[in-house]
Amino acid sequence: MPLARLDDVGLSHDGGETFILRHVSLNLHKGEFVALLGPSGVGKSTLLRVLMGLSKPSEGTVTGPQDDTGAAEGRSAGKRRAQALVFQDARLMPWRSVLRNVAFGLEGLGLDQQEKRERALDALRLVGLEEAADRWPKRLSGGQRQRVGVARALTVDPDLLLMDEPFGALDPITRNSLQDELLRIWQQTHKTVLFVTHDIEEALKLATRIVVLSGSPAGITGELTIGAEQKTPDSPAFRMYAARLRAMIAGEPDPGGAPYWRSAEI
Amino acid sequence: MKAALSRRQRVALSGLGLVVFFGGWEAAVRTGLLPSGMVPAPSSLWQAWLDEVHGGFWQQAILDSLSHYALGLLFGSVLGALIGLLCGMVPVLDAFLAGIVHLLRPVPGLAWVPFAILWFGLNTSGATFVIAISVFWINFYAAYAAVRSVDPELYELASAFGHGSFLGRLFKVVLPASAPGVMAGLRTGLGQGWMSVVAAELFGVPGIGARMMQASSLLATDVVVVYMLTMALLYAVTDFLFGFVRLRVLRWQA
Repeated sequence: MPLARLDDVGLSHDGGETFILRHVSLNLHKGEFVALLGPSGVGKSTLLRVLMGLSKPSEGTVTGPQDDTGAAEGRSAGKRRAQALVFQDARLMPWRSVLRNVAFGLEGLGLDQQEKRERALDALRLVGLEEAADRWPKRLSGGQRQRVGVARALTVDPDLLLMDEPFGALDPITRNSLQDELLRIWQQTHKTVLFVTHDIEEALKLATRIVVLSGSPAGITGELTIGAEQKTPDSPAFRMYAARLRAMIAGEPDPGGAPYWRSAEI
Repeated sequence: MKAALSRRQRVALSGLGLVVFFGGWEAAVRTGLLPSGMVPAPSSLWQAWLDEVHGGFWQQAILDSLSHYALGLLFGSVLGALIGLLCGMVPVLDAFLAGIVHLLRPVPGLAWVPFAILWFGLNTSGATFVIAISVFWINFYAAYAAVRSVDPELYELASAFGHGSFLGRLFKVVLPASAPGVMAGLRTGLGQGWMSVVAAELFGVPGIGARMMQASSLLATDVVVVYMLTMALLYAVTDFLFGFVRLRVLRWQA
């Protein structure tokens, strides 16, 4: 059984006839790192919010991870949230210290101060920002702010980690190091990740599976499973997959397994 | 070129301004430029103040006014900020109260004095009522505007992390996010409150305002000025003290 699923989901603008998303079906399996790839403004973030339960779909059904999944496995004994979201703009609360920002999702779960503090510190340690615990968010760099956003999501011990172009606004060097860190954290924590991006290279680098969202109303126009050989930048396999993904985004027929020298021309 | 002034230079210049002001005033009265029956000389204020203090009037007036001020400020600020916050958060309440607000808002605090006397009498409650009304509106609008300018993305953040309920949004987002605006309203109200104290007491409720009225009916202009300066001092002290509260609450803005 998939961890979470979207079944023929559609979402219209203000409940009218203009659909943003239509006939979207997607299964997310435990431990996967799925990249949701598509052009800017196509509705990827909207789909993420539907899955998160922040927007109600006009059609179809959404099944999120169940709250008791983790409890059944004895993790955190119910003091957790089934899914957590990392925003593109970090979205920290300026009036909270870094530590209290991270602890935000832990409030209301029946934890005492000491437990909250320890779990928030654990998450900060995971993203390498333990020493910034008592700082104010405005004293952080863009990359540090985004790490805090990741820590805030991880600290609630979610089954499903939803990430909305979290590194899109960062400079290339910071983005690269945060991507590496995210992979390390993913391998360490075995979270299921759905990662929204419009960057083909980022998707290929991070994901085990790429789902392409494109068109208007947007639907899933293609899907690729990524193996180790496609992850080597500038390798023939990498370039071929990049070309196939570009075609899927553009709504063109899949060039399939065409030789890399042909796909490179596309 | 305009050079930025150091803090010390600014304080020194501001002190110099006061010396020039009082010096010029004294000179104008002594040379007869200003008629001494209409304007007291600053040098006569000291004696007038000592007389008021020896008679116990000064201390009593300050105590009376402070109690009106504190109570009026408390009721006006708390109610104003609370209703402003709720209106900002609850569209139904906002729309329901919009007409009433537009009807009552233009009525100045002073216009409520007849009702204050009728309803409460010439006593602390009556004065408190007048002060509370004028402070109420400042805090109402400050809190309302502060809530309306809360970044809506923070509500989404709260929902995503399990705080999407009304109370969750109120305590985790609205109150902390609107704190700077609410504090600005409180601070404006501190000043407005002292202005209303005089208005509230002019009609005979004992206090600084009443004492000023008595003095002016006896043409004791020096006593009037003593209480004007007293009020300025009290405002400066309350504003100074509030600065610490503000700094504490808004530490994150530093």
